[in-house]
Amino acid sequence: MDIVVCVKQIPDPADPGELDPETNTLKRDMKLIMDESDSYGVEMALQLRDAAGEGEVTLVSMAPHEEVNGLRSALAMGADKAILVSDEALAGTDALGTARVLAAAIGRAQADLILAATESSDGYTGTVPEQVAELLGLPSVTFAKEIQADGGEVRVKRQTEAGYDEVRCPLPAVVSVTAGVVEPRYPSFKGIMAAKSKPMDQVGIADLGVSPDQVGWAGGGQEITDVSPAPEREAGEIITDEGDAHERIVALLEELRIV
Amino acid sequence: MGTIWVYAEASGGQVASISLELLARARELADTVEAVVGGDGEPIAAELGAHGATTVHATGDLGDGLAGPAVASAIAAAIEGGAAPDAVLFGTTYDGRDVAGRLSVKLGVPVITNIVELDQADGSLVGTEPVFGGTVNVSTRFNGSGVGLFLVRPKSFAAEESGGGPASVSALPVPDLGATGTARVVDRFAEESTGPKLDEAGVVVSGGRGLGEAEKYSMIEDLAKLLGGAAGASRAIVDAGWVPYSHQVGQTGKVVKPDVYVACGISGATQHMVGMKGSKNIIAINKDAEAPILGIADLGVVGDVHKVIPKLIEALQARS
Repeated sequence: MDIVVCVKQIPDPADPGELDPETNTLKRDMKLIMDESDSYGVEMALQLRDAAGEGEVTLVSMAPHEEVNGLRSALAMGADKAILVSDEALAGTDALGTARVLAAAIGRAQADLILAATESSDGYTGTVPEQVAELLGLPSVTFAKEIQADGGEVRVKRQTEAGYDEVRCPLPAVVSVTAGVVEPRYPSFKGIMAAKSKPMDQVGIADLGVSPDQVGWAGGGQEITDVSPAPEREAGEIITDEGDAHERIVALLEELRIV
Repeated sequence: MGTIWVYAEASGGQVASISLELLARARELADTVEAVVGGDGEPIAAELGAHGATTVHATGDLGDGLAGPAVASAIAAAIEGGAAPDAVLFGTTYDGRDVAGRLSVKLGVPVITNIVELDQADGSLVGTEPVFGGTVNVSTRFNGSGVGLFLVRPKSFAAEESGGGPASVSALPVPDLGATGTARVVDRFAEESTGPKLDEAGVVVSGGRGLGEAEKYSMIEDLAKLLGGAAGASRAIVDAGWVPYSHQVGQTGKVVKPDVYVACGISGATQHMVGMKGSKNIIAINKDAEAPILGIADLGVVGDVHKVIPKLIEALQARS
């Protein structure tokens, strides 16, 4: 089973940096890491590949400055190879432009299944997996909390408001996975060493046949009109528990007529 | 603004609260508000009308197909056939995101996402999105031609009846979907839930890493139950597999705005704060006096959740 996993490389969420005052987009000139949300898709892909007993896991990523740090992490987990799209024309690309690039890059790999996180931890638009599916003309199942491959189809438990739906979807297909769907493995030392020599296909948009006016600022069709600090919430009373803090909480709940 | 379409979701003959919230805001912004439904329009035409929709464009029963490709194709075909909404609003829900994503590709226009405010300026709609844990607001508008697509977060607006009569139902045919329509729902499972839904509860009690182990989450559920509320969770313990994703409060989970939010053993990562800082009152219990959550709490308790919560539960039980 050949699987493509979309992997985003993002600034460390513990230190997300700031907006570029000129472009109002997130600065990405620091070292980027694999979005933790994507580690679930990578792990899922490895498990499905291994269960099938054949096939390859290919990572697809779009990142500035030919960043490979996050891809190396996923290769160290056990993915077989990676396609990285890096191009100056991609600065300012929005979710739809990103989907166009990813869809074109996925076209370079033979995939039975395309996995992605439900949303990235930085931009969190949550639309890219579905946009990729539509661009590729494929069916999709989003918000998967469990995936099983079964011949030429996948059986997916899809999160719903009420619980979950069991969905059957013929392959090839796009599936987005929620965090916690599987427990991502830690790369072994051997995996980390092996990752350094795994194939990394670095391409620009011309290689993918993507036109510059479909991506970047020009391809966005939207503009930021204002960036301003949100009203701050003031801290209230802080107490240190001396064994009676629960009494203060109960008193507040009484005051608020909750109890 | 001329016409706004609202993607309306419903289950069991009842319109979802997010859809009613969108109708209320759309009414303030547009002359005409119409609803789009993936399913039968008749059972909900009265409720949608009472909230300001004059017409319901309904696909009819989708059977075992998913809403995403079906509704997106139907809307795109209607627009190609001459319908001209200025904007389509979607709730940030499982199906809302699917429909908006697919439609964006079909129409070749972007989606402005995670909107918590929607206003009109110079004849176009401007959506505002919180970033960096809700400390910065970014406003965005479309500068191209075509329909504006907005994904709006739940609880951004208050639902309000307009006193309108039932909406008229109009057929919204679904074109042949080809391969995109081949996913089939073979079974639907409702997870047993007692008490209110997470994003509608008046009280939300959430647990985080500070609980130490998965088994301790039962304290959170017990406390939530005693307060007539819902149990939530930080992303950290959802990622760790302690509780399902449906409990997650935060940027990548549910946005909640209860009367009282009780954060137990949650440090307050930006990821979490953006999902709960709109709560009316916040109580936080954390052993680390430097935890960011204490900086936004109305009542912050520096203490061990394993000591404070059992005593709190005991005190509340003694009262009932």
